[in-house]
Amino acid sequence: MTAPTRPYRFGDVILSEWTKFRSVRSTYWTFAVAIVLGIGLSALVSGISANHYHTDPTIRFGWNPVQRSLRPGWFLAQLAFAVLGVMTVTSEYSTGMIRTSLAAVPKRTRMILAKILVFGVAALIVGEGIGFAAFALGQALIHGEAPSASLGQHNVLRVVVGTGLYLLFMGLLGSALAILLRHAAAGIAFVVGILFILPGIAQALPTSWSQPIEKYWPTNAGQQLMATHRDPHTLPAWAGFGEFAVFVVIVAVVAVILLERRDA
Amino acid sequence: MFNDVGVLEARNLTKRYGATLAVDDLSFDVKPGIVTGFLGPNGAGKTTTMRMILGLDRPDRGTVTIDGHPFRDAPVPLREVGALLDPKAFHGGRSAYNHLLCLAQSNHLPRSRVDEVLATVGLETAARRRAQAFSLGMGQRLGIAAALLGDPKVLMFDEPVNGLDPEGIAWVRRLMRDLASLGRTVFVSSHLMSEMALTADHVIVIGRGRLIRNESTREFIESSSHASVVVRSPAADRLASLVAEKGGTATADNTGAMVVVGLDAPQIGELAAAAGIVLHELAPQRASLEQAFMELTQESVEFHASGRVAQ
Ligand SMILES: Nc1ncnc2c1ncn2[C@@H]1O[C@H](COP(=O)(O)OP(=O)(O)OP(=O)(O)O)[C@@H](O)[C@H]1O
Ligand SMILES: [Mg+2]
Repeated sequence: MTAPTRPYRFGDVILSEWTKFRSVRSTYWTFAVAIVLGIGLSALVSGISANHYHTDPTIRFGWNPVQRSLRPGWFLAQLAFAVLGVMTVTSEYSTGMIRTSLAAVPKRTRMILAKILVFGVAALIVGEGIGFAAFALGQALIHGEAPSASLGQHNVLRVVVGTGLYLLFMGLLGSALAILLRHAAAGIAFVVGILFILPGIAQALPTSWSQPIEKYWPTNAGQQLMATHRDPHTLPAWAGFGEFAVFVVIVAVVAVILLERRDA
Repeated sequence: MFNDVGVLEARNLTKRYGATLAVDDLSFDVKPGIVTGFLGPNGAGKTTTMRMILGLDRPDRGTVTIDGHPFRDAPVPLREVGALLDPKAFHGGRSAYNHLLCLAQSNHLPRSRVDEVLATVGLETAARRRAQAFSLGMGQRLGIAAALLGDPKVLMFDEPVNGLDPEGIAWVRRLMRDLASLGRTVFVSSHLMSEMALTADHVIVIGRGRLIRNESTREFIESSSHASVVVRSPAADRLASLVAEKGGTATADNTGAMVVVGLDAPQIGELAAAAGIVLHELAPQRASLEQAFMELTQESVEFHASGRVAQ
């Protein structure tokens, strides 16, 4: 091979990361698990609640067909997406591939941004797919049994689209933490801590403490994008999501700076 | 290719891991067209040095460049350096073909290179299988295929024959010789001097992260196998004291012969003749390479140990 080639570009590294992404089976089954959990649980809850709508007054009280069809799904899928984001990065470290990758692309930021971009596009497509499919399937199961919702109603489209966006940023949070921690178990533990444990601890504090913490806690703030009505103790939908997105970006920037500085 | 030849220059490389000084002010050049052996006992700092060349580890001090540029700034990194550091540095869930494809794509190398290097290392038939099923030898071959992908100026192999069968070892040796004869810079580590004597034209020997020797393999063999002489004589005791007067040392070996270090055979012969001592045997011995290497690296260990005692 003596033909001169041009310097490598970001686009080349994106193509390379896309090949990495599509050429391992774990990509497919982990996304499949997220899809099945996300859509399946939403369908299950929608179907059961619709069935009991006429017999169970607690279900009729404050009936919200949008939340019935989406909340159970994203609640579980958020963890699946975070784990996916973590694994996208840590599989390089656990296999030793990282040394080969960085010997081919020594500009580390280029490599990691390409990886995150490929994962992010896939996560956004799958996340939006889960949001729309869970909504459509849920409403189909509710329709005829109980009042159902449509995309044209106030805030509904924002909630459905927001589900995919929120799942994307949970995935990105997982990736950013994984770049910092480099081990899957540590990354997943951190995500669980941020998502469930620390907000849980806040609830045990006096209201004067717990209310502001719950309001501004990044994941809680991000979840406001999937709220149909605004609770006075929460941030507005896009403001909340914006805060969450900024938080994820800050974690990612710190992670990439450290990635450049540390020994690989 | 005339002014872009692949000269590797390490200057004052220093790397500390906590309390361990893994590489200590190491400077050397590695030149194209020859195989350069990088020798040192376990823990000498060979892998650490190679990781710094690739930019995987950041030196605490010092620099390393290829034709004057840091590897990190290479316009096409895989055309600068191809490295095999670890025979298992791939994702086991990916096929050999896709592993090499993603590397080729990252540097905008033509896809045809993947098939070419697979053929070079003899992995064509296994190319579509997931790499986790590969034997150690196959993994080593895949790592070498990745190193060859960009037809790089510099090839760097960290203990490439570890775990290979005799056929594989012979193949790697031939490959390194061939690459050097094509004008490539070939830098290969080992902790076996005998291995390097067969493949390397030049050796860089380190111990405890410090440079001990940097010379041609021939020079190394000549200078380090400081000859001893086996002497048999009925007047061994008298001869031993004469040897000692002349600055040599005489010791008895387990067959009852005298082993002299510090004087060569002609000097001993003349000494004996002048004193009228009869000699039954006067046989110059050459230390094996492995012995020479062990003595050398032993010195670096002893130096550090005695340094501490002296304080
Ligand atoms: N990541 C690390 N963290 C801490 N210490 C390290 C690290 N990497 C290497 N070392 C230490 O640095 C020294 C040099 O190690 P290195 O692996 O470079 O030696 P080597 O010459 O390659 O040895 P071997 O022949 O065993 O492969 C050793 O004492 C080792 O324990
Ligand atoms: Mg080593």
